[in-house]
Amino acid sequence: MADTVNQGVVAPAASAPAEFLDRIRRSSEYVVIPLFALIVAGLIFSLFLFALGHSPATFFSLLWRGGFGTGFSWQNTLVRAAPLIFTGLCVAIPARLGLTIVGGEGALVLGGFTAAVAAIPFVHAGAPNYVVLPAMLLCATLTGAAWIGLVGALRHYRGINETIASLLMSYIAIAIMNFFVEGALRDPGNPNKPSTLPIGDANMIGNIPGVGVHWGLAAGVLVALALWILMNRTTFGFAARVTGGNVRAARAQGLSVGRLMVISCAIAGACAGLAGFFEVAAVQGRANASLAAGYGFTGILVAFLARQNALAIIPVSILLGGIAAAGGLIQRRMGMPDATVLVLQGLMFVVLLVSETLYGRFAFFRPKGN
Amino acid sequence: MNETDIGFWGVPLAMFAGAIRVSTPFLFVSLGECLTEKSGRINLGLEGTLVFGAMSGYAVAYLTGSPWFGVFCAGLSGCFFGAIHGYICKLPKVNDIAIGIAMMLFGTGLAFFFGKPFIQPQAPHLPSISLGGWSSLPQVRSALEINPLFFIGIALAVFMWWAFKNTRWGLIVRMTGDSAPAALAMGYSVDWVRFLATTVGGFFAGVGGAFLSLYYPGAWSEGLSSGQGLMAVALVIFARWNPLACFGAALLFGAAGALGPALQSVGITQGYYFFNAAPYLLTLFIMIASVSPKRSLKGAPGELSITK
Amino acid sequence: MSAFTLSRRTLLKSAAIGSIGLSAGLLTRRPAHAEDLTIGIIYVGSRDDYGWNQAHAVAAKALAAVPGVKVVEEENVPETIAVAKTMESMIELDGAKLIFPTSFGYYSPFMLDAAKKYPDVQFRHAAPLWKEGDPTNAGSYFGYLDQAHYVNGVAAGLSTKSNKLGFVAAKPISSVLSNANAFALGARSVNPKAEVQVIFTGDWSMPVREAEATNALIDAGADVIGCHVDSPKTVIQTAESRGVKSVGHNASQANLAPKGFITGAEYKWETIYKKFADLLAKGEPLPNFTGGGYDLDYVQNTAYGAGASPEAIAAADKAKEDMRAKKPIYIGPLKDNKGNEVIPAGTVHAPYDPWIDQINFLVEGVQGSIT
Repeated sequence: MADTVNQGVVAPAASAPAEFLDRIRRSSEYVVIPLFALIVAGLIFSLFLFALGHSPATFFSLLWRGGFGTGFSWQNTLVRAAPLIFTGLCVAIPARLGLTIVGGEGALVLGGFTAAVAAIPFVHAGAPNYVVLPAMLLCATLTGAAWIGLVGALRHYRGINETIASLLMSYIAIAIMNFFVEGALRDPGNPNKPSTLPIGDANMIGNIPGVGVHWGLAAGVLVALALWILMNRTTFGFAARVTGGNVRAARAQGLSVGRLMVISCAIAGACAGLAGFFEVAAVQGRANASLAAGYGFTGILVAFLARQNALAIIPVSILLGGIAAAGGLIQRRMGMPDATVLVLQGLMFVVLLVSETLYGRFAFFRPKGN
Repeated sequence: MNETDIGFWGVPLAMFAGAIRVSTPFLFVSLGECLTEKSGRINLGLEGTLVFGAMSGYAVAYLTGSPWFGVFCAGLSGCFFGAIHGYICKLPKVNDIAIGIAMMLFGTGLAFFFGKPFIQPQAPHLPSISLGGWSSLPQVRSALEINPLFFIGIALAVFMWWAFKNTRWGLIVRMTGDSAPAALAMGYSVDWVRFLATTVGGFFAGVGGAFLSLYYPGAWSEGLSSGQGLMAVALVIFARWNPLACFGAALLFGAAGALGPALQSVGITQGYYFFNAAPYLLTLFIMIASVSPKRSLKGAPGELSITK
Repeated sequence: MSAFTLSRRTLLKSAAIGSIGLSAGLLTRRPAHAEDLTIGIIYVGSRDDYGWNQAHAVAAKALAAVPGVKVVEEENVPETIAVAKTMESMIELDGAKLIFPTSFGYYSPFMLDAAKKYPDVQFRHAAPLWKEGDPTNAGSYFGYLDQAHYVNGVAAGLSTKSNKLGFVAAKPISSVLSNANAFALGARSVNPKAEVQVIFTGDWSMPVREAEATNALIDAGADVIGCHVDSPKTVIQTAESRGVKSVGHNASQANLAPKGFITGAEYKWETIYKKFADLLAKGEPLPNFTGGGYDLDYVQNTAYGAGASPEAIAAADKAKEDMRAKKPIYIGPLKDNKGNEVIPAGTVHAPYDPWIDQINFLVEGVQGSIT
């Protein structure tokens, strides 16, 4: 960077506040451009609504009210965002190595399923929740890690494309869960919704006090933070990014690419498994077909919108959760089909992704020297 | 029992019939994706294109009374989505996989939004060609009721296979996909070639969708596609970017999909979830058995982000 | 309280009356007309699905016709935290005081939790799940469709030439199993040689697999096809195109099969929703449990199509009369299809016996496995 060299030579005594302002100016690019994109998407969508004879003003005020306008709306938004943080991470971590994993759904389903199964003997033995929950947590993360770790291993050792393998395996995972939930492990007391035995009210994870959202949200934020540090501030993360940039160069530098791939995939799977754990332990109380609710697939979108940045996954998940939360209100108040918010989401994401082409084009965000 | 009872022979027959009935949408989408990926770009959004094609084809067939015109319009709508994808991906720093996922959502959303009024009405179906007149078994006669789109798909696969090897256009597409600098050096616009390849690929995917709504299963509903478009995109990798192999993969997927119901119909009823998952299990096992680290990228376009 | 003329669950009456006091308290604050009552209705799929959701959406229009009642609806709500939040959102943001979540999986834990959290809001769920001990501001309403499937079976049993009937089923849950069983028992009551082949698709809505299942059944020799999936459109259409007869489910599919349609098992939700609408208009509370079949006009059979022969019509009409007279379907001795005796000789399960809600077997004469 020529700038930094100049800076070092010409202006050794640059004032700290000015440097700070420059940093803000640089990083503001990552806020201004997405905001601009969202506004453009909103305008295009307004035209769409207008053409169909609906009021854009009503629509956006309901979107705000349903997603972010009241305390209840925030609860609604955050509780929907919680699983997306985990499934977004499941895609983002391997993506730093250049792996496109689209099968987080499978790891989520199996993680949730094994968590619920792990609880059965403990609940039967009357174990307290501080025994049951860690056992469930362990099972869910290990299963998820093994499932996606296997995808990484197949990629490295057998050369099987990870995208197709993870997609196939997610369908297989759902079949495994359904097979047991409707067969050997079915709760006989629940004839109309095949499920495993309930983990019991005493073992359910409650809400974060004062927030009204279960602890999965806090866990998601913490895991995202930890993984951001791992990927951006450690040698592991550096090695992963080198591999993602150029596999041959990474091998030439003596990095163990295979191990990196398997570990990253295992971390990713553990995240998806955690999502499954919270679905069972905080929401459903048992494992059943509702685990396959599409969170894993939405996570792909979250990760790509967040540009594979673990921290950016948090606001993106909240944005998605908010739109989903508002979707119901818009259906009810405007009588518009549920697909309306799908159209809005699709449009927003296309425009947001297009806006990435704008990065680096504006001199304002590139202050030269000090 | 009566004379048309064929017992366990029903299973291979059902798989044969299923291969023909179910494979066509997979075939069209994977051929479209094959063309796009050969040019060096990946369009994951074909699931959305398929769903929108199914809706628009059904709607047009209902409104005009002509199912073939519906198929054509479904293709055109596919072109539209392909063109958007192709145009956007020309811009610098835009990730084609991410755009594909967003387009998948956008296409599906638009199809559901505009498709509500067409769930109830009955659109005319595409006709089929009867090739089973020689057989006295109704099962065989039914299995050989074949939709013309199936044959068009085979012809298209053979043509693409031939054209990639033997025509100038084929060469240009392959070169763009293998090495953009080389294509540039030869004086071809990489962006333009990829734009066209994505647009035409979208046309095929739209036609695949119309097959679903206008022939088999033959109605528009929001649950019509259970991920066929996404799976077909994945099948292209499985088929190693070879149009003929795409046809084989589509047949395999169709046949395996018929296995679950067919086994239940002859009394093998335990574990139907696994039989229903047969297409996925089978594809995975074939990949594990046939692929090795050295051969996996054979035939892969060098410019493809997913193989880099 | 005609809804409580059920022979079943007499013990529930006391619980229900207890709840009336509670809900009457809520409603006495209002004038006699249920003014400004907002009702929320939640569907698991699309409102135009030719099946379960559409049947509810069409019938629920009766509620919107009550003066002062406003209906808000939400479709495609999955059985996850989403439905919990949808209910809360209807209550918190729309001021709904009565909620109808219409899918099985909404009940536990989501509707039960919401009922505990909002004791002054009433919840009524469309499945026979409410039992004593559940919150008293919650409740169930249900049509026993097995009676109409029994009539389907009677008509199908006299329409088959191969003595093989096909049944495309979604999942092996008790309401599906009881419909498949009733279909088989109906068919065998008039044609002891008839067998029913069941194929489970494993999903509530999976059109391609439903079409494949229908084809597989026909290839195996079945010449009348019945089904229990969310949207039977594909099954009926496929059967018609293969030239075999069909019986419907959920709503009327008669126009999908102009040649081979015999009759269909239909819910008559409008009876229930109209009953509810009348109670609301009078300012009276809704019952905690109301379930019924032909006797209460909660279910019906679609008008006979071109596929129904005169003798099938005569037998089916007789079966309808039997159902109206509360003739039981499940009479001992009865074996399941593995040879185990499930009802001993001399035992009879009346039409609304809670035993029916717990069925987890297929009766003798049905080919298929629930695992």
